[in-house]
Amino acid sequence: MTACEQTFLNNPLGKDTTLEDVLDGFEFLDDWEERYAFIIDLGKQLPSFPDEARTEENYVHGCQSQVWLIHHYDEESGKLYLLIDSDAMIVRGLAAIILVALNGKTPRDLLATDIDELFEQLDLFRHISPTRGNGLRAMVGKIRDTAARVATA
Amino acid sequence: MTDLSVANTAKKTAFDVDAIRRDFPILSQQVNGKPLVYLDNGASAQKPVAVLDAMDRYYREMHSNVHRGAHTLGDRATAAFEGARETVRSFLNAESTREIIWTRGTTEAINVVANGLAPRLKAGDEILVSQMEHHANIVPWQMVAERTGAKVVPIQITPEGELDLDSFNSLLNERTRIFAITHVSNALGTVNPVATLIKEAKARGIITLVDGAQAVPHYQPDVQALGCDFYAFSAHKLFGPTGIGVLYGKAQLLEEMPPYQGGGEMIERVSFEGTTWNTLPYKFEAGTPAVAEAVGLGAAIDYVGRLDRRAMEIAEKALLDRANQLVETVPGMEIIGTAKHKAPVMSFKIAGLHPSDIGTLLDQQGIAIRTGHHCAMPLMAFYGVPGTARASFAFYNTLDEVEQLFTALQKIQRLFA
Repeated sequence: MTACEQTFLNNPLGKDTTLEDVLDGFEFLDDWEERYAFIIDLGKQLPSFPDEARTEENYVHGCQSQVWLIHHYDEESGKLYLLIDSDAMIVRGLAAIILVALNGKTPRDLLATDIDELFEQLDLFRHISPTRGNGLRAMVGKIRDTAARVATA
Repeated sequence: MTDLSVANTAKKTAFDVDAIRRDFPILSQQVNGKPLVYLDNGASAQKPVAVLDAMDRYYREMHSNVHRGAHTLGDRATAAFEGARETVRSFLNAESTREIIWTRGTTEAINVVANGLAPRLKAGDEILVSQMEHHANIVPWQMVAERTGAKVVPIQITPEGELDLDSFNSLLNERTRIFAITHVSNALGTVNPVATLIKEAKARGIITLVDGAQAVPHYQPDVQALGCDFYAFSAHKLFGPTGIGVLYGKAQLLEEMPPYQGGGEMIERVSFEGTTWNTLPYKFEAGTPAVAEAVGLGAAIDYVGRLDRRAMEIAEKALLDRANQLVETVPGMEIIGTAKHKAPVMSFKIAGLHPSDIGTLLDQQGIAIRTGHHCAMPLMAFYGVPGTARASFAFYNTLDEVEQLFTALQKIQRLFA
């Protein structure tokens, strides 16, 4: 197993930090400062991203900040592992939420997950600008494309 | 210690900003539960009631197509439309309304010129721009360069964000055909010494264009005093409507240029054997123009004209001075663009924070700024940043709003600490 594969498998997002943790955490936050402090903290859980993977191929277009996405498909377990990186802290936090919901699932489970519903549950779209919303959709779109590709490979 | 303990030594003025703010209805709303602090004027400025009323009244009382109808409404619309053109002529001190072309904005105005000058260009010719240009004053030239084999050459800038005059002088040569320069940098606020630069360029017979998009909200240009061949600006940054802008051009050059688009209005006579062009300015105004928007722009210029320009400049400078004083209250904050002569624009970065983080968290506090590359990627590359956060002030902003910006920035920084 390579060091990079290990990074994928050790990613706490979706494993140690679960969707319930995020939903529970969000429930008691009522002002923007707490909400964003929580999002920023989640972003700090993103594992470090390999420098050599910051390539055009892995770049997520449509975000205000720079975003990269790579994946590792574990054939044995049939699960898809994801890593995301961004130079903006809030984007890192939002990426962490996406990973909590989608990381380490089989492509079929991933594609069956309604991420929009999750964002609505978290009341996220109301608090983020349409431009940032587009960036989020671009990230989710690239993840879903990857899952669809792996599933049919 | 209070958050904003830096003494305010910015000059107070007699400019009655509270009264002026009442002219701008949009400013009195709340955003995200906080009073709106609108500091994104460089992207687009807000509109006074005078503009809203003029456009409303136009549609209620005089709308019809211009230069066409054999009826009273057509005459009224045409009078209002051409009256607005005269207002623009007077604003720019152009010689004649023949030299005032309506466009969709600064971008289209520059495209009209680039397209119109293309027949004069050949391989090896040079178009001189600067490193601090908005993409709108780079890309149209690149497109025309690609067609003609000409080359777009950028004048270097100094780390402070001023035009490097040595670079300018060394790049001017016998191959330079066109010199296109921004009056005020949108990303930095630098005010360029355009009159001096144009004089040098004109002495060599070079055609000159000034991008005035960011200048007109703060200064009133005199195109005859500047001596430029072309001057372009957009209404929406000058407190007028979106969708309309102005190209001033010297009549002789405009006469020599081919039309930009074909269609109605821009022709004198059409036949399948051949078509002849209408006279200036109509030659460049194909199709039904944005009449209500022209009327709105006229009203905006009239509105600004009623203000005390001198007091307005002093008040705007006070906003920028206060902002500069407060930079030290936000550790890690750095101003990008520290030219001596600046419009009230503050581009900045904060160590460890991405501009988009700053923008999002200011918005949560009701404060609107711009973040990103400001359509000036070559300039961002010069500073080695992906983008900046930019607060751009207008005469209706207050010192209190500047202080709110800094209180909000301090709060953001604590959030990330």
